[in-house]
Amino acid sequence: MVAEVEGRIGMAAIGRRSAGRRSQAGRAALLLAPSLVFLAAFTYWPIGQVIGQSLTIETFGSDTVAYGLGNFERLLADDSFGRALVNNLVYALGTIVPSIAIALALAVGLQDATRFNAALRTVVFFPVLLPLVAAAALFLFVFLPGIGLLDYYLARLGAGNTNWLGDPDLALGSLIALTVWKNAGYYMLFFLAGLQAIPLDLYEAARIEGAGSWARFRRITLPLLGPTMAFVLVIALVNVITQVDHVVVLTKGGPSDSTNLLLFYIYQQAHENYDYGKAAAATVLSVAGLLALSFLSLRTLERGIHYET
Amino acid sequence: MGRANPAALLALAALSAVVLVWSTPLLWMAIAAFRPQNFGGLDMASLWPDFVPTLDNFAEALDSADFPLLYLNTVVVCLGTLAVQLTTVTLAGYAFARLRFPGKELVFYGFLLQLMLVPPILIVPNLVTITRLGLYDSLLGVMAPYFASAFGVFLMRQTFRTIPKDFEEAAIVDGATWWQLVWRVLVPLARPGMVAFGIVSVVSHWNEFLWPLMVVSTPDNQTLTIGLASFTMGAESASQWGVIAAGTFLVAAPLLAAFALFQRQFVNSFLFSGVK
Repeated sequence: MVAEVEGRIGMAAIGRRSAGRRSQAGRAALLLAPSLVFLAAFTYWPIGQVIGQSLTIETFGSDTVAYGLGNFERLLADDSFGRALVNNLVYALGTIVPSIAIALALAVGLQDATRFNAALRTVVFFPVLLPLVAAAALFLFVFLPGIGLLDYYLARLGAGNTNWLGDPDLALGSLIALTVWKNAGYYMLFFLAGLQAIPLDLYEAARIEGAGSWARFRRITLPLLGPTMAFVLVIALVNVITQVDHVVVLTKGGPSDSTNLLLFYIYQQAHENYDYGKAAAATVLSVAGLLALSFLSLRTLERGIHYET
Repeated sequence: MGRANPAALLALAALSAVVLVWSTPLLWMAIAAFRPQNFGGLDMASLWPDFVPTLDNFAEALDSADFPLLYLNTVVVCLGTLAVQLTTVTLAGYAFARLRFPGKELVFYGFLLQLMLVPPILIVPNLVTITRLGLYDSLLGVMAPYFASAFGVFLMRQTFRTIPKDFEEAAIVDGATWWQLVWRVLVPLARPGMVAFGIVSVVSHWNEFLWPLMVVSTPDNQTLTIGLASFTMGAESASQWGVIAAGTFLVAAPLLAAFALFQRQFVNSFLFSGVK
């Protein structure tokens, strides 16, 4: 009976092999179609559309359109765009380095599965679940000059009042602090998972050979976390470019453009100034930057993975 | 172990300091939200709870923003997006895991592109598309750009790969119809992947702000984050910090409570979401 069934399946399989390949392709097309329709509408088409729009020059009050690099020229001539670009670089460095360092330190410090550590990990992870807008609403009070959380407790240490969000020299730093607070717990999670994958006997062997805890961290933990590190770096980079909710709530890019970031600049041009040409040109440059970054990071990731094996 | 070496003590102290600083803003939120409104202005930042907690701040928050509607809209957006996503990502994930077809790798890379070119970066062209489709100022317009999810497809592909083919073949031999195969065999086995994806998807859409802010123009279609932002601006100018704390609490509480209840599930799905 079993043999008979197997025989039948086998015969059918041989008979249908070439037709089967074609019908598999047909089935695949059917299964992929829903996703592809939405990807085409909201990922592929927009790229073409935004490139077209960035090259289109509309003159107010006339129906004729011209094509050219005018939007890009206006964009590059705009000081605010330059500020946004520089700010975004500072913001990237300022958020990524400390949040990864803190996340790593917390992961190493809290990796043992005691109940106390679990509670502390939960505390650090809570900000991750908070909407960035809600975090911004809370930090409105944290940064409030004089009576806010920060100044209230700094005053106990003898510091005076500080206008954390209103001073152009401090505002970006304040946003960076908020971002580090919000994201470190997320990155910690990946490091905790990465740490679990490191074999314990490596540490045991190092200890027998007399390596101190710092040497063990430098020589074992850090190199073996390489792939995790590359991974976290990519997520952090995407976050730096795509999350500007706190800018909208806390500073609106000000004072005097000191906290303007690329995506917020794009949002401002499109939503407040209705300058779609400039917004499109800025989007094209950001997309090009993201693609270049993702290409680079994919290669880093691959190298990281090779390193592991 | 056991030896109190100074470096270890120092590390412990630094760790405790970090955790203390990390917990302060949320701790303040929880305390300030339940304080009486006339609580001493200059000591607003104090972290001592008031021993007669009141709901005045919540009453005021509920009064100044239409929270029931905001909750409803947010739930509709989250569940509506998730329902469509689960369909698209399961189908595509299955195709990538099980079927052989020409150009498979190329198509897969085409999907992965969306991991980097996430919808927020494409707000300008997407707004044009949404407007042309007549979806401006509608909840559907908020959801539509997320209906395909490269992250979800990737996750479901991994999930289907872990399911042995024997199960499907056995079901076919037993004479199961295609429909039975899907509902009795594949969906139950793929459930862990779906749950992981669901948690990440709901959290990210619950928290989303910039895109809905661009698409929605009337209060009827606002989501919680938009409501909270405009509500915060109002309360800020009146220095009603307790009310802001209460409003933030209302927006954040559902996810924080869900996390407290299903911690392991959440952590696992967020680890998956590294490829988001």
